Amino acid sequence: MKQPFGGILLNLAFRILVPFTLVYSVYILILGESSPGGGFQAGVVMGFGIVLARLVMGEDSTLFNMRLRTSLIGAGVGTFIYTVTGWLTLAGGGKFLDYGFLPFFRNGPLHELHGLGILLIETGVTVCVMMTILNIMDAVVRRSEDDGSAE
Amino acid sequence: MTLGEHAPVFVVLLPLTAALLCLLASRLHRELGGWLVQLSLFGSFLASLDITRTVLRDGGQTLHYWMGDWSPPIGIEFAVDPLNCAVLCTITFIALVVSFYSVPFLSEEDWMHYGGYYTLYALLTVGLCGMVITGDIFNMYVYLEVMSLAGYGLIALGGKKSMLAAFRYLLVGTIGASAYLLGVGYVYALTGSLHIPDIAVRIQPFIHTPLFAFAVACFLVAFGIKMALFPLHGWQPDAYTYAHPGAAGFISGCMSKVPAYAMLRFFFFMFGIHNTVMQALLDVLGIMGICGILIGSLMALAQYDFRRMLAYSSVAQLGYIAVGMAMGNMYGFIGAVLHLINHAFMKCCLFLIIGGITYRFGEVNLYRIGGLNKKMTVSTVAVCFAVLSMVGIPPTCGFFSKWYLMLGAYEGHQYIYIGILVISSLLNAIYYFRIIEQMFVQREASLTEIHKPDSKFGLPMNMVLPIGITGLSIMVLGIYSMDIVTRVIKLGLPEVFLR
Repeated sequence: MKQPFGGILLNLAFRILVPFTLVYSVYILILGESSPGGGFQAGVVMGFGIVLARLVMGEDSTLFNMRLRTSLIGAGVGTFIYTVTGWLTLAGGGKFLDYGFLPFFRNGPLHELHGLGILLIETGVTVCVMMTILNIMDAVVRRSEDDGSAE
Repeated sequence: MTLGEHAPVFVVLLPLTAALLCLLASRLHRELGGWLVQLSLFGSFLASLDITRTVLRDGGQTLHYWMGDWSPPIGIEFAVDPLNCAVLCTITFIALVVSFYSVPFLSEEDWMHYGGYYTLYALLTVGLCGMVITGDIFNMYVYLEVMSLAGYGLIALGGKKSMLAAFRYLLVGTIGASAYLLGVGYVYALTGSLHIPDIAVRIQPFIHTPLFAFAVACFLVAFGIKMALFPLHGWQPDAYTYAHPGAAGFISGCMSKVPAYAMLRFFFFMFGIHNTVMQALLDVLGIMGICGILIGSLMALAQYDFRRMLAYSSVAQLGYIAVGMAMGNMYGFIGAVLHLINHAFMKCCLFLIIGGITYRFGEVNLYRIGGLNKKMTVSTVAVCFAVLSMVGIPPTCGFFSKWYLMLGAYEGHQYIYIGILVISSLLNAIYYFRIIEQMFVQREASLTEIHKPDSKFGLPMNMVLPIGITGLSIMVLGIYSMDIVTRVIKLGLPEVFLR
């Protein structure tokens, strides 16, 4: 971001809005365990940040330029993080999604483990929602490559 | 905890994990995603066998699995009783078999369509299995949607005409899902609970209120749409006809049976049938079933597209299940459950065969398959089993479910059902024996081969084996149907019949 790429307004908007939005989404994600917020909202805000960056910088920018198939895979992997949390609790000897049995920080207090479990699944939800939003945007503006992924 | 204790969650979790990783795996190697899903479905099938073993060992005790160890009614639980076991094994078995069958249809697809197909396929299995074993009605809504969305995708993959069919199903199916959600909302407003056994207790003071009647009507419409019960079946013939040929066997075999099974659970296990609202509802269900049987059979008679005939025949067969429920006695109930399982196998087998014919000859016209017995031996043998079973000739499984339905009609003094069953069996005989006549008697049709066979069976091995296995299982289910009824289904009868 050394060189200016648009007018002063675009530069300013990009440099203030996009980093703020991305950081704010992480804030929502982490605070979601004990207050309003959470994975879905964080994902929407994060996706919005990336959509905003694309709108400001134009089609041909390489920053945040994610291809359709990558975002499709990403959505699956995001939900997979959620599932992995369930597998981890199974591996730790508990029932599915019983956060008290997560296999790390076993000496810590139980509510910390519960918080950690919720953070893990919400990270998964965030990634999934963000990728899905990018996916929808790609499908709407038909920014597909020649891999036959969108007809 | 041992691995076996987690079996109920593995049934759903394994295909879910495979579905999420399928696209990534297909990116690395085109066929890796498919193998992953097939492996997970195999695991799911083993898990359901293990559950069945556990449940039957304990004499039909319901197996409970609490998610995150939260006890119901607050937490979500998976509850598996003997009935669930039977349906679960059916679904996972058919899913496993058909997943191998789909491979040749995908041979020319790129990695994205290959992975996408198997992702949807695994998600469909997740939705179906989840709907069967969940003990929470809102959780069931989630699985219903997972099932429906995956189903829309798989139907839309079938080709050009399938887009419209899938879109139509999407519109109608969304109305059905909304009706279900509305019903859940009313039940929750009445009882303050979403847990099925808990609702069954708490709903008792309200069973004469109009709100309860409205909720029940919502459930009837919702499940009626999803299972293609007669006046609500408009989406079904197109959807089954144009569905992806690789998945059509699974879609037609299981996707309408599971909502029928959910309806059965709601009406018999949750609401009970000995109250005025439910008695009226059973009458309505009976009339819908009778109309479905007659009109489905007549429409099937008029079709020349093999797949479309099977689809209309499904409307008629779902009518049998509705009639079995409407009888409201033990034999009718057993007949409905047995027919649900049997018909899943029969319809799956027939759709696999027409898929095979389409794969080799590109032909779906019923009157252009003459002399097929010389070209596709295994398929014609399987067709014979399936057709005999559809008509209801012993020792195939179709006979036994019709037998129990007739016993139920006799016991309940509802003799009109016996008449309808006989008439519809005759109609079945007319339109199914056409196939046998075409295959064996008519002179050889001039068919152009699209895919040359590489084995002496006329089809690739991973298509022949599923056809043979489903055809054989029709006979096996028929021979062992006595054991299935006495050892499995009778253990899981709802309380209303035991008092």
